[in-house]
Amino acid sequence: MMRIRDLSNQELADRLAQGLDLQTGPFIFHIQSREAPVFSGLRRLYADFPVSKEALRDFHVRVRRPANLRRWYHPQVVFEHDRASPFKPLPANHAFASLEWGMNWCIAGYAHQYLTLHAAVLERNGRAVMLPGEPGAGKSTLTAALSLSGWRLLTDETALVDLDTGVLWPMARPINLKNHSIDIIQAFSSEAIFGDKAFDTHKGTVAHLKPSLDTVLRMDESCRIGWVIFPRWQANSPARLTRRPRADTFVFAAENSFNYSVLGETGFRTLDRLIREADCYDFRYSKLEDAVLAFERLST
Amino acid sequence: MNAAFQRLLTALHQPETMTSLTEREWDALLRHSRSASLLSRLALDVQTCQGWDALPLRVRQHMRAATFVAERQIRAVRWEVHKMHEALGHLDIPIVLLKGAAYVMDDLPPARGRLFGDIDLLVPRDRLGDVEMQLRLHGWHGTHHDAYDQRYYRQWMHEIPPVTHITRGSTLDVHHNILPLTARLKPQASDLLAALHPIAGYSNLYRLGNADLILHSATHLFHEGEWAHALRDLVDLDTLLRHFASKPGFLKALHARAETLGLQKPLQYALQSTQALLLTPLPELDLTAPSNKSANVLINRPFVHGFASAHRDLSGPGSDLALFALYIRSHWLRMPMHLLLPHLLHKALARSKTGKE
Repeated sequence: MMRIRDLSNQELADRLAQGLDLQTGPFIFHIQSREAPVFSGLRRLYADFPVSKEALRDFHVRVRRPANLRRWYHPQVVFEHDRASPFKPLPANHAFASLEWGMNWCIAGYAHQYLTLHAAVLERNGRAVMLPGEPGAGKSTLTAALSLSGWRLLTDETALVDLDTGVLWPMARPINLKNHSIDIIQAFSSEAIFGDKAFDTHKGTVAHLKPSLDTVLRMDESCRIGWVIFPRWQANSPARLTRRPRADTFVFAAENSFNYSVLGETGFRTLDRLIREADCYDFRYSKLEDAVLAFERLST
Repeated sequence: MNAAFQRLLTALHQPETMTSLTEREWDALLRHSRSASLLSRLALDVQTCQGWDALPLRVRQHMRAATFVAERQIRAVRWEVHKMHEALGHLDIPIVLLKGAAYVMDDLPPARGRLFGDIDLLVPRDRLGDVEMQLRLHGWHGTHHDAYDQRYYRQWMHEIPPVTHITRGSTLDVHHNILPLTARLKPQASDLLAALHPIAGYSNLYRLGNADLILHSATHLFHEGEWAHALRDLVDLDTLLRHFASKPGFLKALHARAETLGLQKPLQYALQSTQALLLTPLPELDLTAPSNKSANVLINRPFVHGFASAHRDLSGPGSDLALFALYIRSHWLRMPMHLLLPHLLHKALARSKTGKE
């Protein structure tokens, strides 16, 4: 199997000009771009990912310069899915972030063969923990720290729940970190590899963390859920898990699903099965090291 | 006609051929049919002809996803019609569902796997005031507050400005006729209201009669110029014709009805286009009649570009010019020149002022 790291710089650039078929979990993205940040983001963060040989791709995406005068003055890029642009153009140096967000948009908008939830998922000893995304709760920071501490990353952004079996499927894509979190994770682990920072996006400064080799090599291994944990960073709080009612967890997850209402009764049944299988907790912490220890105790 | 467009048409009229497509062909067909809002329809067709298990896994996944979207839209239409009926049902006037909402509420075949825009209604023109008042009381509010827009709709159009529900965000288009007051063709709304078909389970709720369903769909498609959904609308027409025209005498009655309403032209275009592109079987139709022949040569080529306009891959060379011609044609049919030119000028100025669109 060919991986992106097997391509020379020239080969990668050529493929990107024609369309590079990137496999990420169950999805194949046909990615076309001549933008330098897209090239370097894929080179650095997706090095271990397979280049697909299949003729049938799931999403045809492109990051390109819009045809206007901004080509020379503060150049911009626009994300396209199948020749339509769902977003406004962004500054050209946000090209890689724009690709990442666009890929998330494709999955949220079209991948209704799964129940999709706004949550991070990691696995250890064969069981998955799901961290739903309360904005500002520090979900991505904790996800990054766990992924650098022996947990296998399934996803940082979108949980894929199988409608027939209830298992969770990985995507293994890079973790999107914002602002202060980038420094925290750099200080947390010397193994953290980041792509280039994009400054002044609508989310502030963002950078993506490279997923581990193990994460990428096992991106076709699904996993059953063990826990749903709602993390919240709180100054000076000891790391502490408290039970959270399942009904309440269900409602939160349904409201934070991208396609719960699209799936109708199937969505209800799938989420019901998932939450019944899981132990649900609230989790407060102030130090990442303590949080990682608490998760380790839970998984053994 | 290019190969990609031909493949989409073949999938629509011979769904069993989908089982022998290559993955490379599917890579294109999935995208093209999704752009034309027809992927969910193909999914149901391939299941009906027992071809599902022969499809590649990835195709089944995308089709399953598209089917969920179509099912959700049908649930949403049923709910919106229910809420609309709560607001208007007691007015003691006929409330007529048009197009998609009519197919869904009367379980007609075009509802299968169909994707929707807004919900369209037809009500008697002299009761529009009551209808607007009741809708406002139940949470539907107008979105076009500009004095020019108000005048445009109320003086010239066949509908009032669209109303959107304040919490659910759904939009209703309330019509009092099926073509603008200024249009060249002038069907009488009273003729349509005299041949209604009741919707079971609801008081005062109707759809158009069988022939009028087809005539309205054809008129909308060929005389209103919304080419973005043209192929889906043509599939609606094909499905309605296959459903009703198998009954002996139906086509003859359809032609007679078109004559009564003055809608022979759109009917002729509809019959020719469905036969040419979707091979709609129309046993009683005499295609050798001279009026049918001439239109074929002059009109159908831009129409084909219109039907292929859902995705850039589907349209061949000359497409931009053909679509421009269709745009001009639709305005020409909607309004006489002395109204049309000032209107287009106003629109252009308004656009440049707000910088929108």
